[in-house]
Amino acid sequence: MPFGNTHNQLKMNYTAEQEFPDLSQHNNHMAKVLTLEMYANLRDKQTPSGFTVDDVIQTGVDNPGHPFIMTVGCVAGDEETYEVFKDLLDPVIEDRHGGYKPTDKHKTDLNPDNLQGGDDLDPNYVLSSRVRTGRSIRGFCLPPHCSRGERRAIEGLSVEALGALDGDLKGKYYALKDMTEEEQQQLIDDHFLFDKPVSPLLLASGMARDWPDARGIWHNDNKTFLVWVNEEDHLRVISMQKGGNMKEVFNRFCTGLTKIEELFKEKGHEFMWNEHLGYVLTCPSNLGTGLRGGVHVKLPNLSKHEKFGEILKRLRLQKRGTGGVDTAAVGGVFDISNADRLGFSEVELVQMVVDGVKLLVEMEKHLEAGQSIDDLMPEQK
Amino acid sequence: MASSFARVLSSKRKVGILSLVGAGSLTVGFFLNKEQRVNAGAHVRRIYPPSAEYPDLRKHNNCMASHLTPAVYAKLCDKTTPNGYTLDLAIQTGVDNPGHPFIKTVGMVAGDEESYEVFADIFNPVIKERHNGYDPCNMKHPTDLDSSKIRGGQFDEKYVLSSRVRTGRSIRGLSLPPACTRAERREVERVVIDALAGLKGDLTGKYYSLTLMTEQEQQQLIDDHFLFDKPVSPLLTCAGMARDWPDARGIWHNNEKTFLVWVNEEDHTRVISMEKGGNMRRVFERFCKGLQEVERLIQEKGWEFMWNERLGYILTCPSNLGTGLRAGVHVTLPRLSKDPRFPKILDNLRLQKRGTGGVDTAAVGNTFDISNLDRLGQSEVQLVQTVIDGVNYLIECEKKLERGQDIKIPAPISQFK
Repeated sequence: MPFGNTHNQLKMNYTAEQEFPDLSQHNNHMAKVLTLEMYANLRDKQTPSGFTVDDVIQTGVDNPGHPFIMTVGCVAGDEETYEVFKDLLDPVIEDRHGGYKPTDKHKTDLNPDNLQGGDDLDPNYVLSSRVRTGRSIRGFCLPPHCSRGERRAIEGLSVEALGALDGDLKGKYYALKDMTEEEQQQLIDDHFLFDKPVSPLLLASGMARDWPDARGIWHNDNKTFLVWVNEEDHLRVISMQKGGNMKEVFNRFCTGLTKIEELFKEKGHEFMWNEHLGYVLTCPSNLGTGLRGGVHVKLPNLSKHEKFGEILKRLRLQKRGTGGVDTAAVGGVFDISNADRLGFSEVELVQMVVDGVKLLVEMEKHLEAGQSIDDLMPEQK
Repeated sequence: MASSFARVLSSKRKVGILSLVGAGSLTVGFFLNKEQRVNAGAHVRRIYPPSAEYPDLRKHNNCMASHLTPAVYAKLCDKTTPNGYTLDLAIQTGVDNPGHPFIKTVGMVAGDEESYEVFADIFNPVIKERHNGYDPCNMKHPTDLDSSKIRGGQFDEKYVLSSRVRTGRSIRGLSLPPACTRAERREVERVVIDALAGLKGDLTGKYYSLTLMTEQEQQQLIDDHFLFDKPVSPLLTCAGMARDWPDARGIWHNNEKTFLVWVNEEDHTRVISMEKGGNMRRVFERFCKGLQEVERLIQEKGWEFMWNERLGYILTCPSNLGTGLRAGVHVTLPRLSKDPRFPKILDNLRLQKRGTGGVDTAAVGNTFDISNLDRLGQSEVQLVQTVIDGVNYLIECEKKLERGQDIKIPAPISQFK
């Protein structure tokens, strides 16, 4: 079980075969990779905090997946999970992150000056711009595995660090369990409030335990920089604003993250990071940059075009509905963001979004004017 | 075989303190190796004092929250059962589900038989509250499955539409649904269906595994109202009972569809005897016969049910200890149900009403599910007799009201006989 060691001794009384999960109906990365032999080799191991392979895969066992959508099917309980269970997680990472090898190195680049353009996306089409990522505090267990004491300590450290931000980053923390009705309504109206996870993908991994203890939302007074504490990761960091000035959004993102990291270091803490996996987060899908940079953009004509999917693929972008992951588009407005997380730097990914969205808007304008977009078709990035 | 199980006796959790605070200290692992082999109960992680781990129960209304003081938590938080089940695991469902102002849930579960011993300091007061004063410290629970002792038991079918008795049984030596491994769960399934295959006569039946059943079989089970689905209630899912669904879950029923066993749903087994109509006597006879036969069959193979004289039959939820028995009817009471004295009458008869969809549903029309309130401290025979006598009284009230006569609230019957 994700939050205890009950299985560890008990299951060793049975053979690997007797314990091996039935994955015959499953379609997720974990199920594709996990063989009986691999399970047998990994099942007597645990990380120093006691996370086992059964803990890693529980969410993938409980959620067989969907024929069209390939979920990851495993989570990390701490930083060492990615080491101790590399036999399982390396191939999952490789499959999920476009062939990223166990020997590859990931580049981190949070220098916003390296981004070219991005301040001129047409606000008639681009309604809002947003960049998010996650960060984990080294030395603490991750949401699937942390105890209440650990989670509270993470909250304490985070609130302390965020409390030291100043200038346009100055803000306030709202603990989920202490917020007033008015505060809650305001956060809902601002679209800042996160709720207890309902997705079985998250629940099955144990991330929602003890809700809402030690969970909260911090945002700056300008409401353009937002941090979620102890939701799906230790920290989720979001920079956003209306309109198409992605450059400004990314500037604030990098400045804020860098400042927060400094503040943590002053207290003797750092973020989980290594040169192979970049920033370490709970879900293998968020490794590397953990970055999703995107816009809400009006593409009523282009989205109906038969080549829309192909165009996005070549631009290394993905579409979602305006409610986020697993939602549908409303009124021709799509959430367009980078498809990759690992193997490209933050600057590279946001550059792809900026360049890609610029092209999509141009195509939309062409279609509006009744013109063809054939000569605008991009190459595969 | 139950006895071939190597029980690992774990000592108290060994504590290794990862100390990471301090400028420049960036090592993550306390050990040189990042890996460790699995050890009995020993694990290393950032450790906090009990006061830092104690859950925030200020908004909670469940039995666990009412009795888990910081002192009790501190006393029990480092203990584990021989299998490694902990207090935090037992209470997780109660922490995650604060409860409802009107409905007081239990708020904790057992992961194995020993949970009730190791964590007695919290289980005992919870049991006492939930079971209306039954004190596990100084009372004994009577078990009686001799259906020949029942008096009466054939209801007026103008009012009673169906009769049903259910209970649960756990296989000693295997962990309970919140904590069992996949292999243990599969072992429960194997042991139980092996025994059920030995039932004969009117109990002859067939097992339908949830993973293997065909579309037609599934539809038939739905039409018969036999099929159980993956739990959606957060009370159950937060306790870990739905893990690995639908692996090793299934439904067995006899050919006549009057005796039904659920395997690995909320308990190792749930056993149900039911019929249309008002012949509660026959339903209970079949219930006892079936249970005793299954017990005999598992004993032949060296297994037994979890039971002790303090708590009776051991099940996952403390609310189902003792007999684990709910005997009830679907009964139409159009006039009585509208009488303001109805709740008090039920109360004094030690009965409870539910909607016809079971727990937490509303009544449809004027038909109610009426069953015994108690589970622990009285025997099966006593509880079923209570239901029989009580439902007869309710029907008499209904008939009186039909004739324009007045009804009386009965004197409260004593709880522990």
